[in-house]
Amino acid sequence: MLDYLLTEEQKMVRDLARKIAQEKILPVRAELDEKEEFPWEIMKIFAEADLCGLWIPEKYGGFGQSVLAFCLATEEISRACGGVGVTFAASALGGAPILLFGSDEQKQKYLPDLASGKKLAAFGLTEANAGSDAAGMETTARKEGDYYIINGTKQWITNGGEAETYTLITITDKNKGARGATAFILEKGMPGFTFGKKEKKMGIRCSATRELVFQDCKVHKSQILGREGMGFIVAMRTLDLTRPGIGAQAVGIAHGALNEAIKYSKERIQFGKPIIALQAIQHLLADMATQVEAARALVYSVARAIDAGSKDFTKDSSMAKLFASDTAMFVTTQAVQILGGYGYMREYPVEKMMRDAKITQIYEGTNQIQRNQIGLSLIKESASKE
Amino acid sequence: MDIVVCIKQVPDTTEVKINPETNTLIREGVPTIINPFDENAVEEALRLKEKYGGKVTIITMGPPQAVEALKQCIAMGADEVFLVSDRAFAGSDTWATSYTLARTIQKIKKFDLILCGKQAIDGDTAQVGPGIAEWLNIPQVTFAVKVEVDGIKARVERLLEEVNEVAEVPLPCVLTVVKQINEPRVPSLKGMMRAKKAEIKTLSAQDIGADQTITGLKGSPTRVVKIFAPPAKGMGEMLSGSTDEAVSNLVSKLRERKII
Amino acid sequence: MDLRKEPNEAPNWKGIFVFAEQREGQIQNVAYELLSEAKKLAADLSCGVAAVLCGGEEIEKQAGSLFDYGADQVYLVAHPELKSYRTAPYTRALTELVNKYKPEIFLIGATTIGRDLAARLAIRVNCGLTADCTGLAIDPDKKILRQTRPAFGGNIMATIISPNHRPQMATVRPKVFRKSKVTSRKSEVIKFNPVIKEEDLMVNILQIVKDESVKVNLQEAEIIVSGGRGIGDPKNYKIIEELAQVLNGAVGASRATVDAGWISAHHQVGQTGKTVAPKLYIACGIAGKIQHLVGMQGSDTIVAINRDPDAPIFKVATYGIVGDCLEVVPALTRKIRELRA
Repeated sequence: MLDYLLTEEQKMVRDLARKIAQEKILPVRAELDEKEEFPWEIMKIFAEADLCGLWIPEKYGGFGQSVLAFCLATEEISRACGGVGVTFAASALGGAPILLFGSDEQKQKYLPDLASGKKLAAFGLTEANAGSDAAGMETTARKEGDYYIINGTKQWITNGGEAETYTLITITDKNKGARGATAFILEKGMPGFTFGKKEKKMGIRCSATRELVFQDCKVHKSQILGREGMGFIVAMRTLDLTRPGIGAQAVGIAHGALNEAIKYSKERIQFGKPIIALQAIQHLLADMATQVEAARALVYSVARAIDAGSKDFTKDSSMAKLFASDTAMFVTTQAVQILGGYGYMREYPVEKMMRDAKITQIYEGTNQIQRNQIGLSLIKESASKE
Repeated sequence: MDIVVCIKQVPDTTEVKINPETNTLIREGVPTIINPFDENAVEEALRLKEKYGGKVTIITMGPPQAVEALKQCIAMGADEVFLVSDRAFAGSDTWATSYTLARTIQKIKKFDLILCGKQAIDGDTAQVGPGIAEWLNIPQVTFAVKVEVDGIKARVERLLEEVNEVAEVPLPCVLTVVKQINEPRVPSLKGMMRAKKAEIKTLSAQDIGADQTITGLKGSPTRVVKIFAPPAKGMGEMLSGSTDEAVSNLVSKLRERKII
Repeated sequence: MDLRKEPNEAPNWKGIFVFAEQREGQIQNVAYELLSEAKKLAADLSCGVAAVLCGGEEIEKQAGSLFDYGADQVYLVAHPELKSYRTAPYTRALTELVNKYKPEIFLIGATTIGRDLAARLAIRVNCGLTADCTGLAIDPDKKILRQTRPAFGGNIMATIISPNHRPQMATVRPKVFRKSKVTSRKSEVIKFNPVIKEEDLMVNILQIVKDESVKVNLQEAEIIVSGGRGIGDPKNYKIIEELAQVLNGAVGASRATVDAGWISAHHQVGQTGKTVAPKLYIACGIAGKIQHLVGMQGSDTIVAINRDPDAPIFKVATYGIVGDCLEVVPALTRKIRELRA
């Protein structure tokens, strides 16, 4: 791996996450996947290790607000298991709206428990009829005095049912278009807020994915993030901030698969020599390794830019997520190919990595939406130059 | 409770090899770790501290790089650490080592409990823990798999060959622990930051008031006169064929050797 | 901390003592094994071999068997407080005995009792102690004990001596030496009455917790059938137990299965479990990581059954079968039953 000139602290985060990944996640990842079991034990270890607060300022009990540190940890975790990686990252996704738009009171109330790992968070945006077309969402929050009554269903929410803290995007005024949505903070256990069944997925199977069901869920206006009507802005800015994290997850999955492919091709003897001696394999590995490194470099650069205070990183964030996730799909598929028949067997880790990688091209905005986003940014940038 | 834990930094013995020609240890590239049983001892000390309050002090006798092992303990949550290091200690066998550690403990701390790992994975003797207890003239309980403290006494469950034995021992005492007692915690980031900043005190033979006629190689009753590679185990026979064939083959071979 | 006295003057110390470990009034096999080995060493030293038997008043009845295996004398150290092993009273009694009768060599079995005792005794008596010896010999010139033992997890062997300190103390694991009866039997019993002090009685044994799953002491077993994660499921330990039963052997386990809660820690073989050296060790579904190997590679014959042809266990196995344990192990059990029938 290239030397990314990490600071001592960043190296500490990376090394600690790597230690946990190797000692605690690797031995159980196959079982967690097989049983679709939520990794509570491992989340507890992250909490004890102070890894849950990497994206939260020290003021709220975090380790300091660093997207790069968060990405380093997510990458190491995901190299061992993409499912544990997304569980870790999705909690940051759920908490990011509070970090970005919460009042000091809201931050004081919710962030410390997320920082300590005592509680997990989840982000509720997607619906059955509103995926890429987020504006088409149908979950409503009807104002009644000082309260809002929420009705509707969110779908495929990562950490749904396990998290305690939820940030939810709802429609408060259908007629106001882009200004018609509002973000709320909700807590598990609020009357009228229940969960659907746990989904059965292709990959990241240990991650819990559930519907969030709202039936006349009454919420006080103090739970609004920002102001009424800011919902879409909250969602967009949240995703801008967290896309590098998904990029990091994808880089981790990809690198894990690359390592397995290299290890296997050194040991597998065919035609009298290890297959890594064959040019065809070397070329495949070369392409895989180059893409992994490029994806990593892009993710880290964007993370660093955000940490340095960059104001406009929408396009870069999208690029990082897009490229890293496409890389993960490419690398894991090739890894299965290199392992051949063994690659297809559940006993070997790469088929799981391929199954895990697919979702990174879909969630947090499909890669088609990412391309839309990048295209729009390019148009905007070129327009401003004239 | 003031708890003292004695640890040793050891090479990861699963990686240690001997050069069969020169009969010397190949140490290059072999990572050093905290002796795994000692990690369990540190973890147990931290748990007892969390339960009963008090302080956890870690001591190690070793060369200067043993500081790394002490830092790992700080990262896990230890309060205070000491490195006991001096040329006078070089070449110590377990007799001299237990004397040196006991002397250190006496000199610097009052203590309620001393925890050690059952044995070090390089020496594999399991002698230092009881040795320390004898030097300090306090009781010992070895092979502890569960520890509870009740004021001035400890209830210790011991993992023996076929049964477990529950012993009651007054404090202060020495306990040696087995791996099955707990799962050592992963260090925390805050702990690692603390460890990074920590200034580690090194104590010399003079600092601990050691009688230097009985430390180090000079003070060691035992001497290693030879080290050599264990006899190479040749690879055996693979029995192929169907399950029935292989099994029949195996059984007849075992009968030939009069094993069954 | 008492200032140490000078090492005991070597030339005045003669004879070999063997600690006759007893549990619940039963002398342990390791004692007989050590007596047999001591006899050989004694021949090179032209000295006698004495067994040291500690216990309650009734232990005297057990002394006879020690003569069968070569003891010239039996020191009978009987005292109510010595009925069951505890560190302090045993250390007290043996210190007095050793200082009075001055043996040049003292051999103790490397069991949980022996290791606990020897480590403490060696400090009090101010002598050198070598643990887990796999080989003992008398240096022909210096007439001292050369003690050979594994270190670094068995990756190297070391030979150790105690040139100046007496006695030369060594612990030896069960089954390292073979016991053999002697043809001409002695019978001298010497009674030794130790003075046990109040301060020796600070540790109380409150209870013994028996492990129902343990039928045979792993370290005494001639045959061990061991199961690892490759057996797939905890309930499959049944097939391991059946094979063990039909062979009159003990059940062993890898650390992975113990950690996963499939079987109790008393069955664990390996670096952090027990070291065993049976006549036959059958490893089923065990990969053979070095940490496991150090616990069993001293076995006479090793049979490995594993689905993975590249499993490291096959490198140390005398016989290997690549296959599914769930098929091979029951087939093996059936075959042996057929033979016996």
